[in-house]
Amino acid sequence: MSVDAEVTESAAEGAAEKKGWLKGVREGLSKSRKALGQQLASILLDRFDDEVWEKLEETLIYADVGVAATVKIVQSLEEAVDAGQITESGELLAKVREITADMLRADEHRIDVDHQPAVIVVCGVNGTGKTTTIGKVAWHLKELGKESILVAGDTFRAAASEQLEEWGRRAGCRVIRQKQGSDAGAVVHDGVAAGQSSGADVVIVDTAGRLHTQKNLMKELEKVVRVTQKLVPDGPHEVLLTLDATTGQNGLVQAKLFAESVDVSGVVLTKMDGTARGGIAIAVTQELGLPIKLMGVGEKVEDLRPFDPDGFSQVMFEEGVLGS
Amino acid sequence: MFDSLSEKLQSALGGIRNQGRLNEKDIDKVSREIRLALLEADVNYKVVKDFVRKVKARAMDAEVLKSLNPAQQVIKVVNEELTALMGSSSGKLEFSSRPPTVIMLVGLQGSGKTTACGKLARFLVAQGKNPVMVAADVYRPAAIDQLKTLGAQLDVPVYEQGADANPVDIARNGVDWARDNGRDVMILDTAGRLHIDEQLMDELAKIRKSVKPHNILLVLDSMTGQDAVNVAQEFQDSVAFDGVILTKLDGDARGGAALSVRAVTGRPIKFASTGEKLDSFDYFHPDRMASRILGMGDVLTLIERAEQGLDEQKAAEMEKRLRKSRFTFEDFLDQLDQVRNMGSLQSILGMIPGMSSGKLKGMDVDDKDFDRIRAMILSMTPEERQHPEMIDGSRRVRIAAGAGTNKQAVNQLLKQFKQMQKMMKQLGSGRAPSNPFQMLGM
Repeated sequence: MSVDAEVTESAAEGAAEKKGWLKGVREGLSKSRKALGQQLASILLDRFDDEVWEKLEETLIYADVGVAATVKIVQSLEEAVDAGQITESGELLAKVREITADMLRADEHRIDVDHQPAVIVVCGVNGTGKTTTIGKVAWHLKELGKESILVAGDTFRAAASEQLEEWGRRAGCRVIRQKQGSDAGAVVHDGVAAGQSSGADVVIVDTAGRLHTQKNLMKELEKVVRVTQKLVPDGPHEVLLTLDATTGQNGLVQAKLFAESVDVSGVVLTKMDGTARGGIAIAVTQELGLPIKLMGVGEKVEDLRPFDPDGFSQVMFEEGVLGS
Repeated sequence: MFDSLSEKLQSALGGIRNQGRLNEKDIDKVSREIRLALLEADVNYKVVKDFVRKVKARAMDAEVLKSLNPAQQVIKVVNEELTALMGSSSGKLEFSSRPPTVIMLVGLQGSGKTTACGKLARFLVAQGKNPVMVAADVYRPAAIDQLKTLGAQLDVPVYEQGADANPVDIARNGVDWARDNGRDVMILDTAGRLHIDEQLMDELAKIRKSVKPHNILLVLDSMTGQDAVNVAQEFQDSVAFDGVILTKLDGDARGGAALSVRAVTGRPIKFASTGEKLDSFDYFHPDRMASRILGMGDVLTLIERAEQGLDEQKAAEMEKRLRKSRFTFEDFLDQLDQVRNMGSLQSILGMIPGMSSGKLKGMDVDDKDFDRIRAMILSMTPEERQHPEMIDGSRRVRIAAGAGTNKQAVNQLLKQFKQMQKMMKQLGSGRAPSNPFQMLGM
């Protein structure tokens, strides 16, 4: 059984005072001075002159879409206009959303937990939200009747294991950990083994934050993955890379190097409840073929959403922030 | 990943040699390249627009040095404007005559505040201060534990009231505790929060009002994209921070967010955090950041050489001649992997005829150091690799940061390399090999 959009949504519905993500984001956008929707709303009244294109470019850059992808999108739009597909400014917005959504679409957006146990390794740069995401994933799995074991593979950071233990409490899961400074590979080995012997449905492995530029740490990550493979030969079934939505163009090289080291199966775009629109996700999907699978939308355990390219594009290019 | 900006500019201007003022066409060509470079570096869109406009205006007016070609001319202007924008100095901390001096750290989730607290504490201890760290993050699981662990590591006390207390109370009580216990500095860790979270931003304002910090530092992740300006603006409006701690600079993010925050809020980057260990923390150097943002580590070389009046063509010829009789870091880099595969460097060097143990002394290259050496060389610009003698103090610091090591390691490498070069010269009979291992028939 895979975790698909429907199921995740229904699980989240049970949560107390759930604020619709789109509503929350709209409110966030309304507070931001750089509300993208407002900018685009202003160009909808104009004809297709240079100012329109510049405004569009500005909107895309502000969303961290990056120069290369912006050029691609603007080119596609220009072609559509030249081909007579767009004749009114109102259609421009819809077309931008369509192009962007298509760029974000991937073959597989779902999380694969169809194994016994399914092994998920979570990796990423420091501060991107790995441990928090693990707590959320574990909670959502629990709502689906799946038991998880959390493995405190971050043996470097002060109180990292304690942090995961707290998430274990919130999600109602067991946490396997050792002292700070222990060998990460050893903890992961114990954790996966415990998962197998206890009949857990899912084993979720936390790892230390690391910069993709630190070769020795990337090698350590490769070792951690190999350790899981020793016990579960066809695993890990998911290697999720957390990517902070506020990250700029460096996000692409981050994803690239992590994917080169370990077989990243999907990306979790975290902190989408801020004002950053996470446009770097477009480059990550387009240039590296990495699917965005999940989105973090807050600090509470329920604040996790399946990634939906159309919804994402809708928010990125929203028409009139207050109201519609 | 990207060609250096200077290379792009050179090709954009096609190496035209102009005398007199730069014409508008030249300037337009380069404006585009500069704009691209800055956007790729995550500098805010509007800041880029304003910046390029300013550079264009200056470039039009600029007096052209005869030895500078148009590309160099523009690079010079860009570098100067960028350095001016970054600020000439980082600005130091304010210390109160009536202790404790309160330093409050604020910022988004995951920016590195708690780690920065530890680093700042260590930094201040080294300056002879007696800090206390105050744990006012009651939201993030185990945040208090994290700060306590850091405190234990550093032998710096941590004041906390657990996760059920009110952060405003914790902060205020922390000041009292600091005073009662003879601590002259109080470093206040706060919870990461979104700049659009009204409730939490209000809380921050309340803490500020109650505690009246002498320094409020925004902790900013150097890989932040366009959103940096929004964040900075909101934090500025809520708590009026005095300066920024820029974190995770040991990565390869260009760090344009730093420029944006400086340009929009006028607040300087005061500290740079260059690694996860607690000693990776120092005052920020604006001039080197300018080069990093532009992705042009070698820009100063171009300017410096041009200003020395070296004709570029003559210099290139001279370089070719020199290369033939010189063993450079470039050569070293080429050979590094091959050598490694073959066995320890020392044993190989020992095989070179004429190599006595005396000469080998001081040239010991531990195999384990290969990766580190490689990283350091890769951190050098092509220019630096060809002319290691130009690598001065500040360049060494930059190279160290780029390779994730310290200045001592760079010093050591350069010393070793100099000896190696000398040895190569001695070994050669008039025509020293560009590759010392050629002698072994590889």
